[in-house]
Amino acid sequence: MRHGSYRFVASFLAIPLALYAIFVISPFAQAFYYSLTDWTGVSPKFKFVGFENFSTLAKDAVFRAALGHNVILLIGVPLLVIFLSLVFAYLLNVGGRSNSAGVQGVRGNGFYKLAFFLPQVLSIPVIAVIWSVVMTSTDNGLANTVTKKLGLGTSEYLASPKIALYCVMWVMVWGSVGFYLVLFNAAMSGIPKDIFEAAIIDGATRLSTFFRITLPLLWDTIQTAWVYLAIMALDAYALVAVMTAGPGGPDNSTQVMGLQIANNGFQFGRAGYASAMGVVLFFLTLLIAAVMLRATRRDRIEY
Amino acid sequence: MTTPNNLSRRLFLQRAAVGTLLATGGSTLLAACASGGDEGDTGGGGADKTAENPFGVKKEDPLDVVIFKGGYGDDYAKFHESLYKKKFAESAIKHTGTTEITPTLQPRFNGGNPPDVIDNSGAKMLPVSTLASSGQLADLTALLDAASIDDPAVKVRDSVEPITLEAAQQGGKPAVLNYVLTVYGLWYNKKLFTEKGWEPAKTWAEFLTLCETIKKAGIAPLAHQGKHPYYIGQILLDMAVKHGGKDVIKAIDGLEPNAWMHPSIKLAAEALLELKKKDYILKGTEGLDHIQSQTAWNQGKAAFIPSGSWLENEQKPVAPKDFATTVAFTPLLDGAKLPVDCTEISAGEGFIVPEKAKNKAGGLEYLRLMLSKEGAGKFTELTGSPTVVKGAAEGLTLSPGAASSSALLKSGADNNWSTYFGDWYSPMRDPLYSIVAELVAARITSDEFQKRAQKLADDTAKDPKTVKRTRS
Repeated sequence: MRHGSYRFVASFLAIPLALYAIFVISPFAQAFYYSLTDWTGVSPKFKFVGFENFSTLAKDAVFRAALGHNVILLIGVPLLVIFLSLVFAYLLNVGGRSNSAGVQGVRGNGFYKLAFFLPQVLSIPVIAVIWSVVMTSTDNGLANTVTKKLGLGTSEYLASPKIALYCVMWVMVWGSVGFYLVLFNAAMSGIPKDIFEAAIIDGATRLSTFFRITLPLLWDTIQTAWVYLAIMALDAYALVAVMTAGPGGPDNSTQVMGLQIANNGFQFGRAGYASAMGVVLFFLTLLIAAVMLRATRRDRIEY
Repeated sequence: MTTPNNLSRRLFLQRAAVGTLLATGGSTLLAACASGGDEGDTGGGGADKTAENPFGVKKEDPLDVVIFKGGYGDDYAKFHESLYKKKFAESAIKHTGTTEITPTLQPRFNGGNPPDVIDNSGAKMLPVSTLASSGQLADLTALLDAASIDDPAVKVRDSVEPITLEAAQQGGKPAVLNYVLTVYGLWYNKKLFTEKGWEPAKTWAEFLTLCETIKKAGIAPLAHQGKHPYYIGQILLDMAVKHGGKDVIKAIDGLEPNAWMHPSIKLAAEALLELKKKDYILKGTEGLDHIQSQTAWNQGKAAFIPSGSWLENEQKPVAPKDFATTVAFTPLLDGAKLPVDCTEISAGEGFIVPEKAKNKAGGLEYLRLMLSKEGAGKFTELTGSPTVVKGAAEGLTLSPGAASSSALLKSGADNNWSTYFGDWYSPMRDPLYSIVAELVAARITSDEFQKRAQKLADDTAKDPKTVKRTRS
């Protein structure tokens, strides 16, 4: 009978596994193979060139700049998103008055949750278009009209090579905070309220309950969020492609690896070279995910 | 109750097993490499070659046409298909109008079953030089040497503007038929200019005076499509070529050493910097895309905007009814070698016939029909843009934009020129114009501009993947 049930389970898994093999594993394997060729992307003929693509890549100044920008996003985005969504989730959960009825969230926290989560239901190109209109560089752009009225002057936003990348980063943060807010919120409501109440009765301040209770008990969730956000920061392709001048500009100030892959693969007829970039990105992502999970590992707290 | 349950479970297992078999069996087909695919037999044709049917198209062979459905739409192609259908009534024509040229066609080229005719244009066009160098494009010599539809005594080669033959060349043979003639320049609203008594300027000094007048009237003299710095880059090169002669652009296209260090380039760069420094450029235009900036221009927020002759058609939905889109030449810098009334032109909308097309002969015949006066005249009528077919627009009533670009085309005559480096060396194109954007935003000096552009050109020339080309 054991044998029979094994076959039963396998029959269920076979279709998803086959789909996974065809649409995920096989393209990955092919990309590795193509990265060692001079394939143009539009011809069935190509030849094997060994590691030539990778040695060219090491000297490619634009790709290095793109890598640098991804690193800036990799540091900035997870930090900001996790910080902001933790603060907001904390306020929503235990930020309100505490009285005889116990610890409460701020008033109207359902509304705030909805408002923060809204960007999550918009697709990334929609978000990109909305924000590039808000950040229009002329004097009658939305943000510029407001800042001018307030006497803060105007900014070129995406048209300025100095701040364009940070404009993109801001949009990434804006689009992600809602989701992680809801995630942290769910994790926080899993923490028994009496722990907070006991701490408050013992005279703990809000700050110390946050650092000594909430943060340690949320560690697993934060760790997962961090890895997801890091992967997102290594991509950033869609936002950059829709929002920036060029795209990738001005003056390569918003180049990211994803954009370089797309340009080389689909515009310049250098699919082999683009595959090599993809392979580098693959290993970077793998490495960063592994390092993050290792470095942030702590003992699990049961409650 | 157990028996039916067991039965249904067995039935289920059987079905699941069949499903698995299909899925895994299918995977061996699907898992074939993205670049794989057999080459298949190709060519089509095979019928008797006659004066009427110079490529020997078999009348029953189907024709597969893929058209870039961009600014010109694809109604004109449907008309061309009707011409083909009239000739080969038994042929089934498959028409695809799309902006996704590369995403649609890349797998078909790799799979060895490309369509018979492609209008390869737009932002997602296939890399032509790559296709040509890997032998995937049909040689168009037979087409050019065939008799034209309108006059059997005239070859197709002689019925089109000479620029077509120059632009068709890929790796030593004609492979791309660029159908639409584009005129580049500075565009303005003639109605506004007439009302205010302004005239487009002929010299740089006059242009600066005009800009000052326009600025005083509360309008920005110049807007440009900052997110796509290619447009303002065209003006930079236009002024440089008029100043230094056609050798300037030939050296750039040939990736010659110091091509970008030419004194004419410096003068043109300085001229653009002067516009920025005197505040003659619409504030924030650096961050606008073509739609936003051209709309601002249509709304009268700016007087001039650089573009090509597609502009009038592109802006039709937003331009006010009485807006008279008109092209002006760029002003001459002091000591210019070329006269003022000439400009950069290009032959665009590159039609290709894949070498491995199932009905290659039909594809060539389609192009021949398209190059008839009837086919080309209909295109101009539908889109307002001139074609490369000589005399096809005669007798048509033209819109202000089409009329003014035809006039500029005529006044420039042999002085008009084209540039190719952007198409020939596609990896160099965007980075180059990105440097132009830095220049027009006055973030770098003209010297820095020249040095960075030259370094980019030198790096492109040194890149072993670049197929270096020289032009006549």
